[in-house]
Amino acid sequence: MTACTAIGSPVSDKTLRIAGVTRTFPGQGRAGPTLALQPTDLTVRPGEFVAILGPSGCGKSTLLRIVAGLDRPTAGTVTLDDVPVMGPGPDRGMVFQSYTLFPWLTVAQNIRFGLAERGLPEDQQRAIAEKFIARTGLKGFENHWPRQLSGGMQQRTALARALANDPEILLLDEPFGALDHQTRELMQELLLEIWEADRKTVLFVTHDIDEAIFLANRVVVMSARPGRIKADVTVPLPYPRDWTVKTTPDFAALKARLMAEIREEVRKAATAA
Amino acid sequence: MKPLVPVSTGARILLGAGFFVLFVAVWALATYSGWVPPLFLASPGRTLLAGWSLLTEFGFAGDIGITVFRVVGGFAIAAAIGVPLGLMMGAFKTVEAFFEPFISFARYLPASAFIPLLILWAGVGEAQKLSVIFIGSFFQVVIMVAVIAGATRMDLVEAAYTLGARSRGIVRRVIIPSAAPQVMETLRLVLGWAWTYVIVAELIGATSGIGHMIMDSQRLLDTGQMIFGIVVIGLIGLVTDFLFKALNRKLFPWAAL
Repeated sequence: MTACTAIGSPVSDKTLRIAGVTRTFPGQGRAGPTLALQPTDLTVRPGEFVAILGPSGCGKSTLLRIVAGLDRPTAGTVTLDDVPVMGPGPDRGMVFQSYTLFPWLTVAQNIRFGLAERGLPEDQQRAIAEKFIARTGLKGFENHWPRQLSGGMQQRTALARALANDPEILLLDEPFGALDHQTRELMQELLLEIWEADRKTVLFVTHDIDEAIFLANRVVVMSARPGRIKADVTVPLPYPRDWTVKTTPDFAALKARLMAEIREEVRKAATAA
Repeated sequence: MKPLVPVSTGARILLGAGFFVLFVAVWALATYSGWVPPLFLASPGRTLLAGWSLLTEFGFAGDIGITVFRVVGGFAIAAAIGVPLGLMMGAFKTVEAFFEPFISFARYLPASAFIPLLILWAGVGEAQKLSVIFIGSFFQVVIMVAVIAGATRMDLVEAAYTLGARSRGIVRRVIIPSAAPQVMETLRLVLGWAWTYVIVAELIGATSGIGHMIMDSQRLLDTGQMIFGIVVIGLIGLVTDFLFKALNRKLFPWAAL
């Protein structure tokens, strides 16, 4: 594993290709099988920040889980640097919507989990953990137990834990979805700051239009279930961005366009249910 | 009183001690008033006197020691094999499919029903006593630990996978630490049950131990000694329970209490 030497490299150089990925969940009891994801193609180039935007239940999380290797596609392939994804691995770091810190490990130990799994020497583990503790604003909380942390602090730790492992691509599944509005905005700014510095490839699933535009340089809109990609929009706003970008005309225009796309899907989903 | 509203520590201790006092008071009233003849139930004072003579004249401390040894010994063997087996069953569904049906059957076999067989196999020595405790606790430990390990939060397992863990890492660094506090709680519970088996084992074919002393006292119709023996068991149970709880708090500071 060469990930050790890659730490600190500014740009990851691997392309993620999703080709014809389909997911059908088998029927339970008398209910027939459910088609969650229609054949989907998506290419994420190195250093891109792609937001997948869609109404709830549209299969966007399913797609992300397939990329992570936590779910298998019914058909189609996912490749990272031309290597097929066969299961979960440390090259694809993930932050979940639910709080998934290990409750028996402190903040610092959680961040070191992947490094310890890789068998990195103790002093290197400590150095890397310290770096990401500082970058995610967790100084002073190193020795706290997860249950002593607020939701925002827990997600900071989860982000630091994923970043410390230096993945090729960062998969974020509505990581701020459970946070209150103010904390969420703060976390968005933190993530943006980290991404602007590292330009690590990010695939970010959300149903929040503002969040998608504010963070991403490309927004992929998904249709209501069964999900498919119905729009692929480039965000023309320059980096570095700060919160004031949300009040610009460009932002508003893009938001209006994406809202129109999403509203249609939400209505479809509501009438289907 | 309002439902589910917690009480202060002081009030809790006071209330808890209060029932002990009430219990002894009713006991004293029933015996000292002559309402229950001493042949059936010794008074609190007589029980204490009987206990004193047991400890000073009849070497009862030795009986307590041997009984504690049997319980802890049989229980430790059951835990040493049962906890790892339960963890493996919880973690690996193939292992579970192999053992679970038999263990579910075996745990309903009453340990006391094995005593005649065990005497035949192992005689009336320590091996037989330990076997009774083992049979009584082993299957319970296995099945309960398997359920705990099998209920490991799936999202934590998935998070560990995305951080690069493999099967071995999932078991060692997720399933085991996540199950540990509840496993200790299970052991605390099963240790309590082990105490009921040891007494049954000592009522039949034993020459020492608390159960044997109670059996002897019955022949002499000494209810004071019998009650003292029973109270000693209760006290030892109370102390081990307290120690177990204290140990758990110390071992698992991360678990919400």
